Amino acid sequence: MTIQFNTETFRDDYSFRNSDWAIKRFPFPFHEDSYMYSVNMEQHRGGPAGSVYEKRFDVDEHYVSEMADRAIVLADDPLRCQSLPHMTLAGWDTLELIMVCKSEDYPDLFELHRDGDRWRWINKPMGIDHTFTFLDETTLPCGPLEYITRQAQGDYAVLDQRGDMLYMDAGMVTTQADWSLDFDIGMDFFEWHAPVPLAHEMGIFKRALKFLLNVQQGAPARRLNWTMTVNPLLDTSPENYHKWGVQKTTLTPENIGAKQHLRVELQTFYRLPRSNALLFPIRCYLIAFQDLVSVPKWGRRLHRVVRDLPEELATYKGFIANRPMMLDYLSRYDDGLPTSPGIWPDLDSEPPLQT
Amino acid sequence: MSAAPQKAKAGAEKIEVTVSAVVPLNPLVTRFEFTRRDGQPFPPFSAGAHTVVEMRDGERTRLNPYSLMSDPGDNSIYAISVRRDDQGRGGSLFLHNKVKVGDPMTITFPVNLFPLDLRGRKHVFLAGGIGITPFLAMIAHLERMGGAWELHYSCRSRELGTYVDELTYKHPNKVHVYFDDQDQAIGLEDLLDGQPLGTHVYVCGPKGMIDWVHATAAAHGWPDENVHSEEFLAPQPGKPFEVRLCKSDITIQVGEHESLLEAMERCGVDAPFLCRGGACGQCETDVVDSDGDFVHRDHWLDDDEHASGKKIMPCVSRFVGKTLVLDR
Amino acid sequence: MSKFQFPPSIASRPVYGTLEPRPGKAHLMIADAEGAEALLDLAARDAALFATAHIIFIPKGTGETYVERLRALGPAQFYVGPSYAASVQRIRRVLSDAHMGLQVYLAGTEGLMGQAQNEAMQAGIPHGAIQTEHRGSVARRMQCVHCKGITEDVTTDPFVCSHCGLNLFVRDHYSRRLAAFQGVCIDAEDPGNVPEPVELYK
Repeated sequence: MTIQFNTETFRDDYSFRNSDWAIKRFPFPFHEDSYMYSVNMEQHRGGPAGSVYEKRFDVDEHYVSEMADRAIVLADDPLRCQSLPHMTLAGWDTLELIMVCKSEDYPDLFELHRDGDRWRWINKPMGIDHTFTFLDETTLPCGPLEYITRQAQGDYAVLDQRGDMLYMDAGMVTTQADWSLDFDIGMDFFEWHAPVPLAHEMGIFKRALKFLLNVQQGAPARRLNWTMTVNPLLDTSPENYHKWGVQKTTLTPENIGAKQHLRVELQTFYRLPRSNALLFPIRCYLIAFQDLVSVPKWGRRLHRVVRDLPEELATYKGFIANRPMMLDYLSRYDDGLPTSPGIWPDLDSEPPLQT
Repeated sequence: MSAAPQKAKAGAEKIEVTVSAVVPLNPLVTRFEFTRRDGQPFPPFSAGAHTVVEMRDGERTRLNPYSLMSDPGDNSIYAISVRRDDQGRGGSLFLHNKVKVGDPMTITFPVNLFPLDLRGRKHVFLAGGIGITPFLAMIAHLERMGGAWELHYSCRSRELGTYVDELTYKHPNKVHVYFDDQDQAIGLEDLLDGQPLGTHVYVCGPKGMIDWVHATAAAHGWPDENVHSEEFLAPQPGKPFEVRLCKSDITIQVGEHESLLEAMERCGVDAPFLCRGGACGQCETDVVDSDGDFVHRDHWLDDDEHASGKKIMPCVSRFVGKTLVLDR
Repeated sequence: MSKFQFPPSIASRPVYGTLEPRPGKAHLMIADAEGAEALLDLAARDAALFATAHIIFIPKGTGETYVERLRALGPAQFYVGPSYAASVQRIRRVLSDAHMGLQVYLAGTEGLMGQAQNEAMQAGIPHGAIQTEHRGSVARRMQCVHCKGITEDVTTDPFVCSHCGLNLFVRDHYSRRLAAFQGVCIDAEDPGNVPEPVELYK
């Protein structure tokens, strides 16, 4: 398939834009007019043609620019990609998974030629043509996890599974919603989720852990998570929070449509074969409010979700101070009409905005 | 995303295979090798994993887990070794008596409930009888990737010492064999003392051996996290009992020689499961009502859950009494 | 001296216990300041344990108060170190020579216990097997998430990072690997608006 790759920035002048194609396929996360935590897992086995769910590792128009942004983040802070020593095998599993999936799902963009352990990997959008020996790190310019995730959109947490628990023992984390790999590496499932309000008391993490411990080879799963970001900034890390935090205060009623972004994470879960670890890709999609409301159902629904969200969640997700301004803007796109269940735009059946 | 989240199908993904070799090793144990029917390489797996083999025996379908003993780095075959159990439920007998080279069979993707701790400085393997099978894969992995290990293998006799010759020939300094009929026994206490920090012990064999290793290690100050065990529980027979299944709106009878899970499946209920051996938790079922006693045989629920009468693991556990109503 | 009761907190915040005698081939005990009292309490429960014990004690401000009393327990090895930093080489050597069956007991400040626990974990002991008992100061080791520098002995919230000078608020989110709590810039969204520091746990 032919994708037109953007040249855009996710910092400084923020030239990031979504094409109409990207807007229509955006992974809107709300299936009803309110939001509460749930263990909303389902099988990751394809989706409607052209949707972000169709391919195993979705590639879109932002691919090349996102990878350039990742390279900048890593040059500034190499600690964003770490792998505890016992996780190298899981890194190879990850490299194999991503190379196989991408070369099968996007044969015009990626090729993988394997002759025993001698592999040749061609990444056309990034201009890479590299031959190496599988399982031999000395034939790669860096560890296998770093090597392949510098070429794959989204963050990657690699979870070692030991004694009925998952441990965040490796990762590439440059597009995160405000958590630090350097701080969290080595923690177990409950520990790295410790700061999330309400969810522990609801038993969400106990049920989620049980599900994840039993994800098996050949049967990946997925779910959606979301938050808010001012400006299309991918690197909303705690490490740089003292630099980007102040951007939240630059919203005005005039610029909010362009600057306020809904940030959705498409999270997938793969059992890795040789290491028995669990790969946890966290793929980040951004959409400006003014683009989101071009889909009438989404405009109506987002207003209601943001309006009725419990204060603890709005605070934890970092937008409590801007919520009143967000509601002023979004209320203009909510005419009170009912919305259909489900996340799809339903452009044929949902009426346009009644003014 | 679909409007309603899809449920995962019960059990692991399946692989269609052909039996490529049947190799009797001694009067009790036979090795079975499989190749894929579609000609593709097998998925790589982590040592310690098992596959669930589907056996169509006339009207009865059995699903039994067996450790993969083949080299995880060799993706052309999967191999299991099965000990014939004449007193058992028939799975091993079916394999020994009815399966021939060329037969089509269905097995699952590997599932690992007994992995190596890859942080380990050293891995000590304690095998009892057919418990040797997962260690063959682990040894192949550590030899290929580099890793310190030693094996202590207890067998009934030289005649029944499956793979003893091959192992002692290939790894003379790391394999120690003990024959029951020569009154040889693993000197566990001496073995445990003096191991470097970061050593992990893995035991696979009869329940008594597993309990003995856990207890001895604890008494010698070993942390629980460093002692790993796998014991496949075959569902034990028991008195027949009746069960009401709320969600399916049917009442079923569990026969003497079938498990509660097998009875549900026989009656068309799509109940979740994975390992079929009481270890993985996937088949955990809520009890709506009961009047009687639970016979818990699993390794998954904790003591409180066993005592509560609110949960049961249908793959291995049973019930004795008047009423059992499950949320299935 | 009564033990401080830490208020209940999030899942990543360490919870300390009470040292108890455990079966083992050897016993390594590391304590600072008032942590010595936890070792003395342990001896009251099982004095025989100490025949195979190695005690590493850092008195900090307590001077000679506990030294002779600990020596009188008759440990197989006894070391008094001027600081944790000076003792680290010895701790690493002891751990690298050790065998399975070693029991580890840590007592005193969170900073000492966290760092010693990390050394034991690096040597191959799972953290769940390492006993800890808090005594004495409730000051925290804090890592500045921005510059990665560790500020020792933090007793107020907010505080100033001793490396980069940012004003940081104190989180209960804790990393065993770093043996430190997380400090995050408090005035990122409103530069200059820094609340008056308040003592921790008040």
